[in-house]
Amino acid sequence: MEKRMLKEDTDRVDGILKVTGRAKYFAEYELPGLTYGVLVTSTITKGKITALDTKAAENAPGVIAVVSHLNKPSAAAYEQEGGPQMKIFYTDKIFYNGQPIAMVVANTFERATHAASLVKATYAKEEFNTDFAKALKDPKAKKLQGQADYKRGIENAYKTAEVKLEERYFLPIETHNPMELHGMIADWRPNNQVTVYAKTQGVKSTQGTIANVFKIPPENIQVNSEFVGGGFGMALRTWPLEIATVMASKHIGKPVKVVITRAQMFTMVGNRPAAIQTIGLGADKDGKLTGITHRAYGETSTYENFTEGVVNMAKFMYQCDNVNTSYAIVPVDLGVPIWMRGPGEATGAFALESAIDEMAHALDMDPLDFRIKNDPETDQQKNKPFSSKNIKEAYKIGAEKIGWSNRKNKPGSLVEGQWQTGYGVSVGVFNANRGKASVKGILKADGSLLLQSATSDIGPGTGTGMTLIAHKLMKIPVDKITFELGDSSLPPAPSQGGSATLSTVGSAVNDVCEALKSTISELAIHSGMDPTANFVEVLKKNNLPAIEVTKESHSGKERDNYSMYSFSIHFVQVKVHALTGVVKVSKIVSVGDSGTIVSPKTARSQMLGGAVGGIGMALTEEAVIDHRYGRYINNNFADYHVPVNADVPEIDVNFINKPDPYINPMGAKGMGEIALIGFSAAVANAVFNATGKRIRSLPITPDKVLG
Amino acid sequence: MKLSDQKPNQGDSRRDFLKKSSVITAIALTPGIAVKAAENNVDERFAELFEKIPLNLTVNNKAYQTSVEPRVTLLDYLREELHLTGTKKGCDHGQCGACTVHVDGQRVNSCLSLAVMNEGKKITTIEGLAEGDKLHPMQAAFIKHDGFQCGYCTSGQIMSAVACIREGHAGSRAEISEYMSGNICRCGAYPNIVDAIVDVKDGGATV
Repeated sequence: MEKRMLKEDTDRVDGILKVTGRAKYFAEYELPGLTYGVLVTSTITKGKITALDTKAAENAPGVIAVVSHLNKPSAAAYEQEGGPQMKIFYTDKIFYNGQPIAMVVANTFERATHAASLVKATYAKEEFNTDFAKALKDPKAKKLQGQADYKRGIENAYKTAEVKLEERYFLPIETHNPMELHGMIADWRPNNQVTVYAKTQGVKSTQGTIANVFKIPPENIQVNSEFVGGGFGMALRTWPLEIATVMASKHIGKPVKVVITRAQMFTMVGNRPAAIQTIGLGADKDGKLTGITHRAYGETSTYENFTEGVVNMAKFMYQCDNVNTSYAIVPVDLGVPIWMRGPGEATGAFALESAIDEMAHALDMDPLDFRIKNDPETDQQKNKPFSSKNIKEAYKIGAEKIGWSNRKNKPGSLVEGQWQTGYGVSVGVFNANRGKASVKGILKADGSLLLQSATSDIGPGTGTGMTLIAHKLMKIPVDKITFELGDSSLPPAPSQGGSATLSTVGSAVNDVCEALKSTISELAIHSGMDPTANFVEVLKKNNLPAIEVTKESHSGKERDNYSMYSFSIHFVQVKVHALTGVVKVSKIVSVGDSGTIVSPKTARSQMLGGAVGGIGMALTEEAVIDHRYGRYINNNFADYHVPVNADVPEIDVNFINKPDPYINPMGAKGMGEIALIGFSAAVANAVFNATGKRIRSLPITPDKVLG
Repeated sequence: MKLSDQKPNQGDSRRDFLKKSSVITAIALTPGIAVKAAENNVDERFAELFEKIPLNLTVNNKAYQTSVEPRVTLLDYLREELHLTGTKKGCDHGQCGACTVHVDGQRVNSCLSLAVMNEGKKITTIEGLAEGDKLHPMQAAFIKHDGFQCGYCTSGQIMSAVACIREGHAGSRAEISEYMSGNICRCGAYPNIVDAIVDVKDGGATV
């Protein structure tokens, strides 16, 4: 195992709270008079509720109320025409199986759970379709454009290339399934004052959504979300069940806690939609790409459209004068999807990076050489230089560490007993984003620094990263710096998504620290001290207990001049069992090219997490629907297989760790997404190298390997 | 209505029964005082008398004499009654390990154990692992090796990790991985978790 460069690096600032069980997640706040809400869900897939019998539930012990479309607790925006179709408890329409149709509120969780089982719905059923592949084939089924068609050079140029391929790739529905169950505690008090404890990737976004639905001023709503037990994208929006929780609290005048079940995690909080993609690649005999075509279809719901960046990567990742893409979404009768880690780019990268490997094989080239040969110097899509890109160096590091020289280009060459060994590589790429955020800094005469921003930490270590940025600039010991987040009353910051938090909020931390430093040095000069004097002495001399600065920070013109992306390279070694078709990922080397690494320990963990998520995507994860009933049949951890400890080999994480000169003051680009994007293709490519079997449908299960 | 057409009302509890005191049989079979209690809206407390049973157990060296409904899981009892929320609910089906606690020294998924099954037993939760401010070696190792990200599975991982060593199942990385596979970490901290366990095992500290 690569001895970690990181042992001595700074520990997570909230580590002690997390290992002692003192970190409080949303469901763990004690409120006087707290009640428990349990959701009743539809048992049909499409149609209308014709009757809802809540009497038995209302009579059950401890029940306070049953909330449904029959009593419609007031939500001003839902009383108006238009807006979303899925107006929870305002509609009798059923859009998918497992849709919440009522909430039973009782004084204990067990009583609410029992009473929820007593609610009986009667429906008028309609024909439905939950089968995405079937909808795609049906000429009468709706297909909506998901992104503007893109064309550079000649359309479908691959068709006339010297060497060409055209292949189709399938991804099933994947579910985020963070370990913490979703839900909310809502406490609606007199005068429309609302406090919620939420599981959210954006406290300001939750605050805004509640304000919009109930038409009350955002400042009436306090959103608390200090610790979030994982999100991976599913907590990027405020789901109907959360609106229902607020409604219920308003209705009964008491705080209501809802924690949904693991099964409901499959139906109420989105998923990575299924996708069918076609890639056409053309190359000349020397291995130069002459045409790339990427056409993708993604699944969406009937009541809301969802789109993501499935075909983005094809437009700039490789040097090629002829590129065209198209992306359409196909509605089916399922709950609406939401971005899942790596989002559409991870879906797209599976197809593109598999096809690149296939083309290398067709050309009888080493897939690494083929990638290097077609590596672009500039971004041909935006016609701009990259702000920074060290991909060739990353290829080199990764190839050395995985032992790429042991790989044979001829598939099935490495056999030991019943096990076949293969090596695979793939690339991941994602926008290096930077948004707008505000941070308040309070520098105190006791030598401490308090930083505050309404950002989130769903796990990557936001507080740790921000603390380290401030530590580096202010030379204040880490244990004297506190970063507060997850509170909507703090200075605004965007939601934690799109790998942008460190870049966005970190820049504001940087700006606040710079401002505090210059204020201190002005004060020092003013009071006849050395301008570099220690801030504690300066504050004391001026009889100031503290100084406070709030800064808003955003990117400047540099975004117009450069193309900004984070990159990753994934190398994997797999062992495939010839008789059973079992695939084991036996070695992983990931190289991140995402600018400066601010917090090495937590950055490494993010890369580990991406690789582990990638193993699931590649080998085990598939939410299966029985299309006769429109229901998930593996909606639990026993049947929907996320990777466990024994599925994961040692992972060698490497970073280029060179600052990006343009992105932000730290030179740091995001890395949550690139940790996963492309990984599944590396596994598919390694399985091909091991066996000669090309699997274009995820997950790569033994039946497909043997089939 | 024929008798055979009547469906048994399986959902009714004793209190439902009391609430429907106009039913002749209910009046006939229920003591007058109970009917009166239900009518006076003190039926909740009355129902509790019927529905709860006594329970004595020790949690983190503290003795509790209490009464619970028999359907309450040990997990929900710890979280909702004792407010020991360090033990997490991840699936409620014994499939994820987030709720792992020690019962008489053995690791147990507390969501699969009813509270009343633990009469007279000694429970240790994550809150009972440290000695005051002094972290248990496994807690310290999890911090050192960054054995978590979001932290939600961490309590269960640590309780399992301690048991893994005590059971003698920490002989190799592969063995540790196998015996830690009942604890899911969606953030993917597995290699760091194994590092932490190896470190504690090799360090030789008493766990």
